[in-house]
Amino acid sequence: MLSDCRALDLTDGKGFLCGKILADLGADVIKIERPEGDPSRKMGPFWGDIADPEKSLYWFAYNSNKRGITLNIETTDGKEIFKKLVRVSDFVIESFPPGYMETLGLGYSTLSSIKDGIIFTSITPFGQNGPYRGYQASDLVVMGMAGMLYLTGDSDRPPVNVSIPQACLHGGGDAAAGTLIAYYHRQRTGKGQHVDISMQQSTAWFLATTIPLWELDGVILGRAGTFRTGMSKNILQRQVWPCKDGSVFFAMLGGLTGAKTARQLVAWMDAEGMSNEYLQSIDWENLDMATVTQEEIDRISNLIREFFLVHTKKEILDEALRRSMSICPLLGMQDLLNDANLNARNFWVEIEHPELETKITYPRQFVRSSENVTTTRFRAPLIGEHNEEVYREIGLSRQDLVALKQAGVI
Amino acid sequence: MDNSVFSGIKIVGFSWAMVGVLTMKYFADYGATVIRIETSKRPDVSRTSPPFKDGRPGMNRAGYFNYFSANMLSMTLNMSNPLAFGVAKKLIAQADIVTENFTPGIMEKWGLGYEALKEMKPDIIMLRQNGFGLFGPYAHLPAFGMVLAAVAGLPNFIGWPDRGPLPVGVGAYTDCISPRFASAAMIAALEYRNRTGKGQLLDLSQLETAIYFILPAILEYVTNGREPLLMGNASPYAVPHGVYPCKGKDRWCTIAVFNDEQWSQLCKVIGKPEYIEDSRFKTLLKRKENEKEVDRFMAEWTVHLPPEEVMAKMQAAGVPSGVVENAADLFSDPQLRKRGLFWPMNHSEMGLFTHLGANFELSKTPAQPEMPSPCLGEHTEYVCTKILGISDEEFVKLLGAGVLE
Repeated sequence: MLSDCRALDLTDGKGFLCGKILADLGADVIKIERPEGDPSRKMGPFWGDIADPEKSLYWFAYNSNKRGITLNIETTDGKEIFKKLVRVSDFVIESFPPGYMETLGLGYSTLSSIKDGIIFTSITPFGQNGPYRGYQASDLVVMGMAGMLYLTGDSDRPPVNVSIPQACLHGGGDAAAGTLIAYYHRQRTGKGQHVDISMQQSTAWFLATTIPLWELDGVILGRAGTFRTGMSKNILQRQVWPCKDGSVFFAMLGGLTGAKTARQLVAWMDAEGMSNEYLQSIDWENLDMATVTQEEIDRISNLIREFFLVHTKKEILDEALRRSMSICPLLGMQDLLNDANLNARNFWVEIEHPELETKITYPRQFVRSSENVTTTRFRAPLIGEHNEEVYREIGLSRQDLVALKQAGVI
Repeated sequence: MDNSVFSGIKIVGFSWAMVGVLTMKYFADYGATVIRIETSKRPDVSRTSPPFKDGRPGMNRAGYFNYFSANMLSMTLNMSNPLAFGVAKKLIAQADIVTENFTPGIMEKWGLGYEALKEMKPDIIMLRQNGFGLFGPYAHLPAFGMVLAAVAGLPNFIGWPDRGPLPVGVGAYTDCISPRFASAAMIAALEYRNRTGKGQLLDLSQLETAIYFILPAILEYVTNGREPLLMGNASPYAVPHGVYPCKGKDRWCTIAVFNDEQWSQLCKVIGKPEYIEDSRFKTLLKRKENEKEVDRFMAEWTVHLPPEEVMAKMQAAGVPSGVVENAADLFSDPQLRKRGLFWPMNHSEMGLFTHLGANFELSKTPAQPEMPSPCLGEHTEYVCTKILGISDEEFVKLLGAGVLE
């Protein structure tokens, strides 16, 4: 879809997903690293547990479908070469601290005077302006300041974070969308612009119930562990249920949304002799989650809990499929790789890593298009892997490349 | 909104609940005409869930629906009415993009599958954002964000070693993941259509996009065979790295130290400069070994201070740290306010009400609050008569026949 577009991707781990989405949609994304390799290559986990910049699985995960070159944009030659690249590109994506590109003379205003219509996308923890602009951050800090952390965890313990960085993915995903909105505008008007992404803002963007609940009811939603709150002011509702060999997720709801699943679950329990008159008497359509009492929820939940405890993840999933119930087990890594639905959709694909003499399984695509190729085609680049290819494309000679290499520019 | 990015672009949104709305928001906030197709026969779940204005339920009083739906139009159309198909056809003939996120089959039941849409509008772009994807053995499973997050394996990465996996605190986590991917794909498809004249079908499974959010762990399992471990807030390469109690009820701060420089700054801030050279804490490996002790004295220091003060002191010294913000904190966060995350607008039934605003800043075409969230069917007449060119007479007939309910 984006085969006409080229992106220069200067991001570290904060912004990988942006270029990844653009590359999957067909753009030519060139990852630009400093000559010794991007610092994010130090992020684990590593292939074979070997802490080597060419073996970072974090790097692999979000840089496939990108080409890679090395360039020291702090040197005079590096700046000139970077500007040459900008002249043949549509997007520059960066995640340096606010102001860093300006200090190099490579800020948006300079680049837009070099290439009319360039779109310059910045991804930082808090954005290019505002009181927190210069704050130091990490995923944990941003997730805290975006409201995610406060809601996650048990009520008797401190808030707990997702152990895989998430804020960079919310920011990186938004960066792809923001870049393309700017691109659409440019295609109509010829004008480029600066896209300013704040990981905090992107992450805080969807906190569904918390803001209206605070504004309308003055309630601060807290942590409820394996339970769920927010359906009403008063009730705690279990959403993670232990089963025989793991956990299942199920939100017991009344009303139109939940009645179908609830009725089917009771029918299944009944078929196995584990329901009772009380359960069967419930009018699920009219069970109003806003007014139901905790006592009633607990009474229902206790019966369901006992039922799940004597069934395995597989039994529950199979029955959920048979009865169209919105109940699913928590899948582990192997479960995901073996998952019947993902495999029927041909979701996993093996990608060659010739230098490791192996193939690694990746997701094939985040979207299936009836018209365009959106698949993972090739692995993330090695350090400077496409230097010759890319630099020759912009007219540098072999001799130039040798000189630049010796000068530590590329 | 004539100068907006997507002016002239029309999206007919059969999508509902949070995931569909958030996807369309990327267009509504930049000038597209987003027409949400609703029906009073089966209202959007976010219209019927609490909280409500003044605690009184009502279709147009739900905090949840109204928080998300700024800049969108609402048209009611009862697709179960046989005459509704003719109206839908007119809508689709005018549309650039049609979206839906039901369990697969519902659009087909209404005669609105992709092939049918193509007949009505040859270059139509159709986004099918179903939970498990458009086809596959689970396709018909009703999918909610919370359940999808579990199927995607996310809870394996949340929790304490001595307890079980936990859900992401915001139940419907996948609802906020797939819109980012979906909106990017939709804009790329629009661009492709403008260039080639060809529309397309986009099959985007909410589950599959969520898997991208745990991808490093999948690769780790595939290559090293290692299963995820619950590890609280610990990081393999940062100490301290945690959430610490602060002064006040359920007040917390984060502190994350990744290098020696940050460590020595932290020691000075907490008034323990002697720890900089202390053999127990001098190197990362030593700090990791003595992490419990580090966590103990950090908490001893933070517990006497409000989280805002911890953040200010640490940040002044260049140490990553922040307030663990609750809803009230977010609502008054000066950074988020400055960046326009919240749009207070007057709504006919809500009064002055905070709508969700911009998620990022575009320097030349910033997202703008143009219109409060729509009441159910508020724009039915406008869409029918002004956009679809249905005559007043015909409109009244449709109304009378119960098509527009």
